Amino acid sequence: MSKLLSTENITKKFGGVYAANSISVDIDELSVVGLIGSNGAGKTTFLNIITGYLKPDSGNVIFNQQSITNMSPREISHEGISRSFQIPQLFTDLSVEKNLEIGIRIIEDLTPIKRTKKINYDKKINELLDQFSLSEFAKSTAGKLSEGTRKLLDISLALVSQPKLLLLDEPTSGVSADEKFILMDKVMGAVKKFETTVLFVEHDMEIIEKYTNRILAFYDGKIISDGSPDEVLKNQDVKKFVTGE
Amino acid sequence: MAVIIDGLTYASWLFIIAVGLTLIYGVMKILNIAHGSLYSLGAYAAAYFGGLWLNGGMPIYLVFLVMFITSIFIGILFGAIIERGILKRMYDKDEIVLVLVTYAIFLILEDLIKLIWGVDPYFLYQPYGMLGSFTITDLTYPNYNILLFASAIVIGLIITYVLKNTIKGKILLAVIHDRELSLSQGVNVSFVYFLTFIIGASLGAIGGALTAPMISVQPGIGAESIVLAFAVVVIGGLGSLPGAAIAALLVGFVKAAAIHFMPELDLFSVYIVMAAVLIFRPKGIFSGHEARKI
Amino acid sequence: MKNNYFKNYLTLFLAFVVLGFFVPKWALYLMTVSLNYGIIVLGMLLLARTGLVSFGHGLYYCLGAYAAGTLKPLFGVNEISIMLLSSIFIPFIIATLLGFLLRRYRDIFFAMLSLAFSMILYGLLVKTSRLGSTDGFNVDAHTLMGFTLSNSPFERYIIFLLSLFFACICIFLMIKYLKSSRGMLAEAIRDNELRVEYIGASVKSTIHINYVISAVFAGLAGGLTAITVGHIDPEMSYWTTSGEFVFITILSGTGSVFAPFVGAAIFETIRSFAYELSPNTWQMSLGLVMLIVIMFLPEGIWSLLKKRKNK
Repeated sequence: MSKLLSTENITKKFGGVYAANSISVDIDELSVVGLIGSNGAGKTTFLNIITGYLKPDSGNVIFNQQSITNMSPREISHEGISRSFQIPQLFTDLSVEKNLEIGIRIIEDLTPIKRTKKINYDKKINELLDQFSLSEFAKSTAGKLSEGTRKLLDISLALVSQPKLLLLDEPTSGVSADEKFILMDKVMGAVKKFETTVLFVEHDMEIIEKYTNRILAFYDGKIISDGSPDEVLKNQDVKKFVTGE
Repeated sequence: MAVIIDGLTYASWLFIIAVGLTLIYGVMKILNIAHGSLYSLGAYAAAYFGGLWLNGGMPIYLVFLVMFITSIFIGILFGAIIERGILKRMYDKDEIVLVLVTYAIFLILEDLIKLIWGVDPYFLYQPYGMLGSFTITDLTYPNYNILLFASAIVIGLIITYVLKNTIKGKILLAVIHDRELSLSQGVNVSFVYFLTFIIGASLGAIGGALTAPMISVQPGIGAESIVLAFAVVVIGGLGSLPGAAIAALLVGFVKAAAIHFMPELDLFSVYIVMAAVLIFRPKGIFSGHEARKI
Repeated sequence: MKNNYFKNYLTLFLAFVVLGFFVPKWALYLMTVSLNYGIIVLGMLLLARTGLVSFGHGLYYCLGAYAAGTLKPLFGVNEISIMLLSSIFIPFIIATLLGFLLRRYRDIFFAMLSLAFSMILYGLLVKTSRLGSTDGFNVDAHTLMGFTLSNSPFERYIIFLLSLFFACICIFLMIKYLKSSRGMLAEAIRDNELRVEYIGASVKSTIHINYVISAVFAGLAGGLTAITVGHIDPEMSYWTTSGEFVFITILSGTGSVFAPFVGAAIFETIRSFAYELSPNTWQMSLGLVMLIVIMFLPEGIWSLLKKRKNK
């Protein structure tokens, strides 16, 4: 398994506080990594730096042997990294269908990512609707959907480009208990099909245990534990600072 | 030296017409294009009633009081009608829609003014010369300019004092800062809006009244002034009083300098300043802090 | 399906061609002016769909008019086709340059900056006595493709056909553009810029492109106006002119590419009749209409017509 993503001593300070304190970590291809930690521990900052929303004060982010540290979010998306957001970022006044259509059109026509010869947009849209079981909502306005469906659409938009790396920011927060697993099953199904590596921030330990094969535990801007779910969740510091047992 | 006097005079004028606008924006988040009409109404009221007063042989120095009272009266009257009659029903709409509503009101009032006072210009030049003049180096200026300058300072100080040191003022500041939080704290936002609007409207009218003796009061002065007031407000930062003051000074001096050294630029020196400021400070000199979105 | 649409549009076009031949002069003039204004508002529609309102499009309207009108005094040219080429070219250049700056702004700042530039042009023109200062000057559109127009009995009619022709071209181009991937981005940007960037498209480039398109439309309309009205002046760049364009955009709504023309026609009709009735209250009538539309028809006049269709 090759190293898809490497961060080297990423540091970011806000005022006097370290949101990221010299974080160095390697992510293997095809792994599913969970990021856990209490609020303010640095998980979202980490995500924001990788996706170009924030620039680190120092350190490097290497993706596919290329430095992406100073790239804009748009350029980073062209490299093959996509993300979803804590608050779903959708085109709220447009239908689900239209949301996906815009996603496809951007990928196919306006970025250097894909160049399919003559794409049938309708077919592609229907494929996506099926993939994520969104067909029944095709004509519904995105802003009016339930939280779970909005989260799903947000993640689908991130997956339209079939990225090499997908970053999810609290995919199941705000989603009802019974919908959580259905949501994650659909997402992971697509992820397996597209051979995408996944990093996701989560507070729900059940989700973390079920879907990840590696966990990074954050505290105070540092990674305090890194390993398999078994190892990490049994770690004393993690119990103290994260899961609160 | 001429540049300094002209600059200060022009800056004072700009501040007076801009301060009401920035106050209304700060509290209500509305860009009130009708402010130009209030200015116009104030000028017409002052010119008309001032003229009546002087022609009626009344004590001439009291004309200033007449100008002041009639303009405030008209400001409050129209401000109240506009806010309670129209704006109140529109607060739930988009910001840009509200701007268009005020634009519609502006159009209506411009014609209303023509209906009431006709299209011929009014003049009230007496107050301008009444106060005498002063001389610096070898240049003579009417003392009226000092009145303008003093008014600007007084208005600025009063508003600042009221905002910082009175309860009503602090409530206003709270609403400017965070409307929703203020609402949840029990502030009667509706009343605050009403009060703010009529104060802003009156300030606009006073601006017009003070200007009347210096110009020919005719249709079109509203359109001219509102666009300058806007520029000053945007340069200073929307909703910022100190910003409006600094912007007024900046534009005032640039315009005075232009008139003296590069007259071709004078007409649009304001806009050049605005473009320049926005390039370096995209939201104006004193602009708020943007919170993290994601 | 497609052929049906085409047949309908062709029928509509031909209907206007015939109509124009028979209506009285004043009606022909009104229709021509409405078409010209409609072209500008069509451009504003594109910007509005992108989430932007320009309070300074008079800049390009004026530039287009002066670019067309100054060809005679400067180069002795008064051939319409060249005048129109000029009225497209100059705004294109200026908009491309200014677009680099303006695409970084939104909301009121975009509106104010665009206003600033239009007022700068206004100031420049007023101070230029060679161009007639506030009076402006007359434009004599003499020939069209060699055919001498001036003093021809068909002059008004041919100018009308010219505006009709360009209006149709603009509508056609806009329809095609809005169906393209870049064109669809407009509404997406208005809705959620962040998402657009994170999927991988450039918001700034799209805004720049849409800005230039709207400027070119305004410039073309300016050139057509110079030819139609025969007179141009700096007032075309004054902020109240831009305000009229914004007014019509709101009146028409952004729902359909035909709406701007309907809105422009209504506006021009109200303006002409209201002015005839009482020159001092036509602005008031406009203001009242605007208030009514905003209060009761937030989607613009078009929503009224759409509702009728569904019946």
